[in-house]
Amino acid sequence: MSLVKIYEEGIKSSIICNSCRYCEGLCAVFPAMEQKRSFLLEDMDYLANLCHQCSECFYDCQYAPPHEFNVSLPTQFARIREQSYKKYAFPSFLSKAFDKNALLTSLLLLLFLFLGFVGASMQKELDLSTHGGDFFVLIPYDYMVGVFSVVGVLVFVLLLISIMSYAKAICLPKFSLAIFMKSLKDALSLKYLGGHKNEGCTYPKESRSNIRKYFHHLTAYGFIFCFIATNLGAFYTHFLNLHAPYDFTQLPKLFGFSGGIMLCLGTAGLFVLKILADEELVDKKSVKMDYAFLIMLFLASFTGLILMALRQSELLSYTLWLHLSTVLCLFIMMPYSKFVHMFYRFLALLKFNTEEAH
Amino acid sequence: MEILHYDLVVIGAGNAALCSAIAAFEANSKLKIAILESSPKKWRGGNSQHTRNLRSMHEAPTDVLSDSYSEDEFFEDVFKVTKGQTNEEYARFVISRTPQAVEWAKKHGVRFQPSMRGTLHLGRTNAFFLGGGKALVNAYFSYAKALGIDIFYEHEALELILQDSRAKEALVLDKQGQRELLFRAKAFVLASGGFESNLDWLEEAWGQRARNFIIRGTRFNQGKMLRSMQKQGAKIIGDPTQGHMVAIDARTPKYDGGIASRVDCVSLGIVVNKRGKRFYDEGEDFWPKRYAIWGRLVANEEDQIAYSITDSKVQKAYMPSLFEPIVASSIDELASKLELDSLNLSQTIEEYNAKVIDGKFNHTILDDCHTKALEIEKTHWALRLDSPPFYAYPLRPGITFTYMGLAVDKEARVYKNDESLYENIFAAGELIAGNILTQGYVAGFGMSIGTVFGRLAGENAAKELR
Ligand SMILES: Cc1cc2nc3c(=O)[nH]c(=O)nc-3n(C[C@H](O)[C@H](O)[C@H](O)COP(=O)(O)OP(=O)(O)OC[C@H]3O[C@@H](n4cnc5c(N)ncnc54)[C@H](O)[C@@H]3O)c2cc1C
Ligand code: HEM
Ligand code: SF4
Ligand code: SF4
Repeated sequence: MSLVKIYEEGIKSSIICNSCRYCEGLCAVFPAMEQKRSFLLEDMDYLANLCHQCSECFYDCQYAPPHEFNVSLPTQFARIREQSYKKYAFPSFLSKAFDKNALLTSLLLLLFLFLGFVGASMQKELDLSTHGGDFFVLIPYDYMVGVFSVVGVLVFVLLLISIMSYAKAICLPKFSLAIFMKSLKDALSLKYLGGHKNEGCTYPKESRSNIRKYFHHLTAYGFIFCFIATNLGAFYTHFLNLHAPYDFTQLPKLFGFSGGIMLCLGTAGLFVLKILADEELVDKKSVKMDYAFLIMLFLASFTGLILMALRQSELLSYTLWLHLSTVLCLFIMMPYSKFVHMFYRFLALLKFNTEEAH
Repeated sequence: MEILHYDLVVIGAGNAALCSAIAAFEANSKLKIAILESSPKKWRGGNSQHTRNLRSMHEAPTDVLSDSYSEDEFFEDVFKVTKGQTNEEYARFVISRTPQAVEWAKKHGVRFQPSMRGTLHLGRTNAFFLGGGKALVNAYFSYAKALGIDIFYEHEALELILQDSRAKEALVLDKQGQRELLFRAKAFVLASGGFESNLDWLEEAWGQRARNFIIRGTRFNQGKMLRSMQKQGAKIIGDPTQGHMVAIDARTPKYDGGIASRVDCVSLGIVVNKRGKRFYDEGEDFWPKRYAIWGRLVANEEDQIAYSITDSKVQKAYMPSLFEPIVASSIDELASKLELDSLNLSQTIEEYNAKVIDGKFNHTILDDCHTKALEIEKTHWALRLDSPPFYAYPLRPGITFTYMGLAVDKEARVYKNDESLYENIFAAGELIAGNILTQGYVAGFGMSIGTVFGRLAGENAAKELR
């Protein structure tokens, strides 16, 4: 579907909703629509990222297909969200590669990184049986820290640029600390994925449940835990001079292990739900990006757990290389993948809550 | 011909039908109940899927209704709008049962919007369905399904086969299987809506004019049950031309345009007919109150078309609408876009502008902006049309539902022509709205009538079967 058509459809539906308003009260999107009489492309980028794709309004809509008005916010907004990720991504040529085929690109990247690690390791004489669980026996310390810091900083800067241009496009108003905290709470609790009064949303099918929210919580918090674990690890190594492997009483391990399990379960759950979901709710095109992101998250956490399990074995080197490549790949993908959704959604909530307070 | 056996067959699957099927089951859970819905699953729920709210009296604020709204005030509202053409006994009977209707709906999975959003009062008189009427019917459908009630989609009842004062079976067309079958049952509830979707029938009542009507709701309310009962001697009440008819955007699809096709600016500008002439006082009263009269007004104009015209001054004062207004920078241009005689239109507007008495414009009260010395005055909100661009919406009569229907007693039993009652036939909803309303309409009363009588029909049918 052409870009113009994607936005046109969303705008057409928003105009219909705006003169219907039956779904007011379901989520933030409808009151946000009512602020406007006509819609610009940027308004759609805002509304689409405010939508949590809970699908409630699809089943409630008197104008949903087969009605000729063809209102289907969850699918139409998913399509626009995907466009919005691309539109504000920086530099944009990289986003095109992910756009063409998100999964293939990420897997190729993964392979490439994996070979890079193998190559770097080969510079050393390796005795695979005597590493004693120490990574740096396998991969040169400088190489590992070097690669990750450079990529980390770069990704951070690129993400920041994207996020700022999105904020500018949607005209993020001045917000107060209180509103910031409220929006953070709405984001962290996924308020609008809980449906009305937290009774759950109609996903993957018509009957209501909170299951998607729970799996998302596992995914998001699992990710955050893993992120904390990595940083703690670096802190322990550099400042406390405490080196891996850590045991279960130490924080990096605690966060890493629990985070890894949560992330695995969460992404697997979301994956299954996505397969089960009502065909009319998932947009075939934008869904590929969801799958690529889910699979990469799963691989990163899964290989991390395997790594823990195989620490003392001869297979350590391969799992280490694999894990490091998946994590790095995830990093590189960040500015161009679904990863950005959390920032865009948060900014959308921030805008909504600020406007609502007035 | 295949025969299916049930204790109770409910014909229709809108609000009234679903309420009666569920209520019947709850009165007697041994009953084997079938619901026949003429539409495919995706279009289920009749006009009820297009509704927004239900009107309910209440003594004190509730979670879904603010302040209070007494039985008397509710009745007053009905009385005023129908110009007294209402059956007080029946109207009060329904009104007094509306609080239970809301509670009953909630208990069966229907969700309402909270009465307050921020500082905005949503509803004092009407409880708004969260997600609208489609969410309401969805809730009832899944409730009914969970109870084990059989739902037959694309099954249209063609005739009710009577024997003396009992209904024996229903002749039903299975549209998918392209075959006819018989549903035999001990009792029947008819809740199949009015006949507003049946253009031939509308034409019988309205003449050629009906061809230009737009049907705001479902295409499946063909009035087959009403016709069948009428033929077999049931008592019919109401006039076939009476119903709820509003002026809607002429560009609306023939069926199922629903709420989004409304045009909200009539009282803020002027309305002209095909000859470019005004034909009624646009500022007579607030829009929600006058909303329902404009359908009939337009229906009586040539070619059943009219144009609501405003200028840029008042654009912010009305609800945005589904269709773009027709915009023009001069009256001439507007006339040519609307295919009206330019001379006539500018004459009308000049004359109108000349007779406007300046006042303080306020569209939230009956203000003092009016015209003086026009053949048809505009009594409020009269502003000169002098600030281009000009905005116009074409209007057509949009029919919501018809009032002619079956006469029932207060147990929802259907009367015969000889004033006796059928033993096992009950009716509810739009099909019996004429017992209460004979003209005019107050928003939200349709769903009140359907819920109250739907439940009664179901409960009394179950009682009959005990
Ligand atoms: C756009 C619009 C907005 C409205 N808004 C409101 C509102 O906000 N509040 C309000 O109170 N009222 C409103 N109304 C009026 C309201 O819709 C009706 O009063 C109410 O829905 C009547 O319910 P019912 O169950 O009698 O009929 P319906 O809901 O119309 O149901 C009739 C059912 O019978 C089926 N059927 C018809 N013939 C047959 C047959 N022969 N065999 C099998 N099935 C058959 C139909 O498919 C349908 O499912 C609105 C109406 C419209 C069109
Ligand atoms: C600001 C915090 C966040 C918010 C508000 C948020 C919101 C959402 C919402 C509403 C969805 C469903 C709609 C869609 O698919 O676009 C979603 C999907 C998803 N989110 Fe988040 N999210 C947040 C943080 C995270 C984090 C930290 C992760 C993990 C890295 C994550 C991983 C995912 C995944 C994998 C999906 C796809 C799920 C699917 O396909 O069903 N999210 N997010
Ligand atoms: S989703 Fe459908 S029912 Fe809901 S507000 Fe929009 S048009 Fe109305
Ligand atoms: S899908 Fe859910 S979150 Fe998105 S607009 Fe509809 S109700 Fe709101």
